[in-house]
Amino acid sequence: MIHASLALARRALRVTARRPQFIAPLLVFPSLLLAVNSGGLSQARNLPGFPPVQSFFDFQLAAAMSQSLLLGGVATGIAVALEIELGFFDRLVTAPIPRLSIVMGRLLAAAAIALFQLSWFVLLGLIFGNGISDGIPGLLIVYGIGSIAGIGFAGIGLTLALRAGNASSVQAIFPLVFVVLFLSSAFFPENLLSWPANIIAQYNPLSYIANGMRAPIIGYGGAEAVLEGFGAALGMAVLFAGLATHALHRRLRAG
Amino acid sequence: MLAIQANGLERTFKGQIKAVKGINLEIEEGEIYGFLGPNGAGKTTTVRMLVTLLMPTGGTALVAGHNVATEPSAVRRKIGVALQEAALDQLMTGRELMILQATLQGMPDKLARERSDDLIERVGLTEAADRRVGGYSGGMKRRLDLGMALVHGPSVLFLDEPTTGLDPTSRFALWEEVSRLRTEGTTVFLTTQYLEEADQLADRVGIISDGLIVAEGTPADLKRESGANHIEVALEDSGNTEAARVALSKLGTPEETSGAHDVCIRLSDPSTGVADAVRVLDEAGLAVAEVELVRPSLDDVFMEKTGRRLEGASNTPA
Repeated sequence: MIHASLALARRALRVTARRPQFIAPLLVFPSLLLAVNSGGLSQARNLPGFPPVQSFFDFQLAAAMSQSLLLGGVATGIAVALEIELGFFDRLVTAPIPRLSIVMGRLLAAAAIALFQLSWFVLLGLIFGNGISDGIPGLLIVYGIGSIAGIGFAGIGLTLALRAGNASSVQAIFPLVFVVLFLSSAFFPENLLSWPANIIAQYNPLSYIANGMRAPIIGYGGAEAVLEGFGAALGMAVLFAGLATHALHRRLRAG
Repeated sequence: MLAIQANGLERTFKGQIKAVKGINLEIEEGEIYGFLGPNGAGKTTTVRMLVTLLMPTGGTALVAGHNVATEPSAVRRKIGVALQEAALDQLMTGRELMILQATLQGMPDKLARERSDDLIERVGLTEAADRRVGGYSGGMKRRLDLGMALVHGPSVLFLDEPTTGLDPTSRFALWEEVSRLRTEGTTVFLTTQYLEEADQLADRVGIISDGLIVAEGTPADLKRESGANHIEVALEDSGNTEAARVALSKLGTPEETSGAHDVCIRLSDPSTGVADAVRVLDEAGLAVAEVELVRPSLDDVFMEKTGRRLEGASNTPA
């Protein structure tokens, strides 16, 4: 299964690299929002209760990473839905490989793409912000939480693609990315959100993922935020990889 | 051992739509079996069940000795599949796709590369192998698809409408390749809408209509069973049509003409030929412009068995 999963992951990465229209939005949109927020809302860091940060840009970096990873999940879903529509998926299904390797291949590719996305924002942080406050260990934490979260978000896209079987349905969830983001503590600390957003953010796993990546960037939040970030990312990855596998079996049964 | 065996194979979709209503198949090893039917007859559904893409809802099917429902992995190891509309990733090169397919068949990297090179050469894509598939012509895509289906040397090959939409040159090239498979002993299950294709390639033909096989046999047998030869006559003077009809009725039963001719006779004796018709008309003093002996085609067989012509009068695909 590992051999087939790696072959499919390599193929997914190769095709993604040749489809710049898919990869560019994952970097461009969050970068633009990062620039707009950092420029226009920078005084927010002076609000009482705001975590101590050297710049609002540093605080927003984890939000941009989270947004990018979520968009990556949508892109994975669209790519798989297109494969279903165009028949390439049938080719994979008629190959004598374990079904799980079709899901695993995609998720491995998603993790690799997530590392690339995170590197982009780390680079922006080094250029326009104050870098990673906790240094190399902090960077590894960002990569760790981010890549696992990337798998989880790709699992969402994959599940939707396998259930719907068409790209337009998957594309329709694109606006939800922003709703989920703004109903988390990715852009603003939970204690500064009003009701009911603060309650929703408390139960939104994206809050913990963003906070977990943010902690080593701004050097505030400690081990608790990191552990919660890993926990939320891992929970999402396991849950949605499982759901994607279930959706695949369901699709194959239904034909 | 039979290469493909199906007993009462059925598939019912949601809403109780029965696409396949109990198909029986017995296809020998090394045989090329043509599966003919119009769109919506159940052809593709049958193929999808046989290649394990779709679970049957009734009956059983064995492919290469393995049950498609209970041993799908074993079936997949033995079959090659080229589905409709050559399902290829446009962003990959021919070589990359071929290697991927070989890898998914469980070949180690080195063997996958060697086998891919062989197949690329065999299907005549050596020069285009490192170009992206998006730039291939329809014929090249079909050849690549066929090569990918053969990369692991399958014992049973499923070709679902392999020449639909191809130009004549590409079509003939693909036919040659399929004919070559016959000499190698590969069993080929070929679905097609083109009667000429089935006639040229298939050892036996099955005609499916409304989810059931309504006729099966060699093309020659089916045509023979389908009915008698016809004589079609165009006269020098169309005003003599009735007299010609009366004279020719000695040879068989008059039928409606196809428009280009004045008289059509369904011959009662298969040995009757053009010379007999000319002699009868000459004895009646009728001058002949043209006489044609028409033998039954698979199209006639299809018409007789299904009550309709195959879409597109598909003897000569575009």
